[in-house]
Amino acid sequence: MMPESGPVEGSFHLMGGDFTNAGSASSELKAKLVKFGVAQNIVRRAAIAAFEAEMNVIIHAVAGTLHYLITTEALTITVTDMGPGIKDIKLAMQEGYSTAPDWVREMGWGAGMGLPNISKHSDAFKLDTVVGEGTTLEMFFYIKERNADG
Amino acid sequence: MLTVSAIAEKLGLRVAVQGDLSEIVSGCYISDLLSDVMAHSNDHELWITLQTHPNIVAVAVIKGISALILTNGRNPEPATVKKAEAEKVTIMISPHSTFELAGLLYPMIKDSLPPQAGPS
Repeated sequence: MMPESGPVEGSFHLMGGDFTNAGSASSELKAKLVKFGVAQNIVRRAAIAAFEAEMNVIIHAVAGTLHYLITTEALTITVTDMGPGIKDIKLAMQEGYSTAPDWVREMGWGAGMGLPNISKHSDAFKLDTVVGEGTTLEMFFYIKERNADG
Repeated sequence: MLTVSAIAEKLGLRVAVQGDLSEIVSGCYISDLLSDVMAHSNDHELWITLQTHPNIVAVAVIKGISALILTNGRNPEPATVKKAEAEKVTIMISPHSTFELAGLLYPMIKDSLPPQAGPS
């Protein structure tokens, strides 16, 4: 599961408003996970969750980073941004609720499915947010416990 | 096994960007909401949409979509074509409406699958 050299980590820069390159970090991360031999069901779920987190930065924040850490225990993806923060986490977790502007919704984003999708596709996640400063989202994918199911 | 090229040929789809036309097709998902596609589409499915901007390519790559089909004769944006070429994602164009295209595709996909499985 983990490369023989030990834990692997890396990160990608994310630019707010950069819709042209949206998904690039998540695609690269997906390719890396495949290369490192991470189980297919984890790669599939991690790619979806990472892409949603990446989009949240592109839609709402000025800039951010996507960091990944692979150990024998878990894959941890941490997305940190300088952005507006989340005023009401309970509302943001509610499917269908979104603060995205209309033009973003016209692109088919901003359906209020981002955080619900992240919740559904990760084994656990942690959200730290400060209004007016930014948000840190940690997503965990357990490698040992969840090998067999999808 | 049904392939992208067989579908393109049978339904007279115009191939705007040619990726791997020998990709197999095991189902189809229809949505213009990208997060919905992220949540509910599966590997090796077709994705029918009216969205034409470059993000559809990124979603197709992340989800392992076999090919994108734009309906009502819509053309992908130039930036979408460029990205799809780089990522080798097939984009096809149908003159049909989404409803008509889905109706034509349904029996094709259903007949190509083992009897117990329906199209996803």
